[in-house]
Amino acid sequence: MRTLKQTQQREFTKIYSLGASRGSLTVTNHDIAGPIDSSDEWIRQRTGIITRKRAGAEQSLIDMATEASREAIDKAGIDPAKIGAVILATITFPYQTPSAASLLSAKVGAVNAAAYDISAACAGYCYGIAQADALIRSGVAEYVLVVGGEKLSDFIEPTDRSISFLLGDGAGAAIVGPSDHPGISKSVWGADGSSWDKVGMTGSLIDFRDGKTAWPTLVQEGQSVFRWAVWEMAKVAKQALQEAGLEPKDLTALVTHQANIRIIDELAKQLELPDSVVVARDIVDTGNTSAASIPLAMHRLLSEGLVAKGGYALQIGFGAGLAFAAQVVELP
Amino acid sequence: MALSQQEVLAGLAELVNDETGIAAEAVLMEKSFTDDLDIDSISMMTIVVNAEDKFGVKIPDENVKNLITVADAVNFITSAQE
Repeated sequence: MRTLKQTQQREFTKIYSLGASRGSLTVTNHDIAGPIDSSDEWIRQRTGIITRKRAGAEQSLIDMATEASREAIDKAGIDPAKIGAVILATITFPYQTPSAASLLSAKVGAVNAAAYDISAACAGYCYGIAQADALIRSGVAEYVLVVGGEKLSDFIEPTDRSISFLLGDGAGAAIVGPSDHPGISKSVWGADGSSWDKVGMTGSLIDFRDGKTAWPTLVQEGQSVFRWAVWEMAKVAKQALQEAGLEPKDLTALVTHQANIRIIDELAKQLELPDSVVVARDIVDTGNTSAASIPLAMHRLLSEGLVAKGGYALQIGFGAGLAFAAQVVELP
Repeated sequence: MALSQQEVLAGLAELVNDETGIAAEAVLMEKSFTDDLDIDSISMMTIVVNAEDKFGVKIPDENVKNLITVADAVNFITSAQE
């Protein structure tokens, strides 16, 4: 009888490159303040957002994911045929099936890749990085394309004061591959299903079909989510640092989910970071793009020269679920 | 030992000052957090979490929305200490 063959494990992984694509429209606070009986000043003060990027009618989630992915693949310098898995984190692909990742894999020439979407909302990209790390180290894939992409503007209600006015559209992509040194720390992740209803939709698609609800849009209990996102996520971030064997002073950057500037600033304060750590604040003119926000924010820090390749960034995603994931990565 | 209402009020006023810059003397029992002191929901939650630490009490999310006035908060904290 022959012995079962199993894949050979790799020791380390890293992010090779990032790509970014934002909605083509710039939407100001003035543009959206009317229906929520608000003002530019009120929105800036409570969220830090000055403008947000939204996709036009002609710009789809797949368009943005493709643009971001092509940039990441080009920068990594790899043959897309060598990508073993395409993981797309999204909550806004308007088809139950097939997956957005499957369509994306064809668009970028990842012809030998497994392809699937993950639904972990604003934690989705960090979930994807955790999976990519595991797939590569286990030998299942050599390279993995991880994308966080959203067209949230399809699921907003202009009169909603809880979340809609924060939201933007975009996609961020990463190529993850094998490394000769540690480039991605152990992920700290989870989901608090007891708070399933704190962030979500106004109704189900079945209720919409049956005329029991309007088109489902996003909604949240902002105050409760704020408490969880700052004080519970500070514990998760500290645990991720501990798993990485690092201290705050070892970090180059903190890249949180770009939920709200008040969450970002309070979370950074709870972590007692030294001034040398750059805190990503892409939200100011991109808005909250859910799964896309972390790779977009990190891409911007690198492209604007605010951080250097090779430094360590703590990235933490958190949102509906309430799902969360954090890991330390070497900046590509 | 449980603090008196006056002591809780003084401690709470310090927390409000730390978060918002509002003078501690302006934080009076009859004042509304939203209408009189212009404290938004996010600052309110920061004050609540810091109050939990300072006074060693738990203020669940479902109770926060009932804290309309400074007196509501002082009374909640005073009762929760007992």
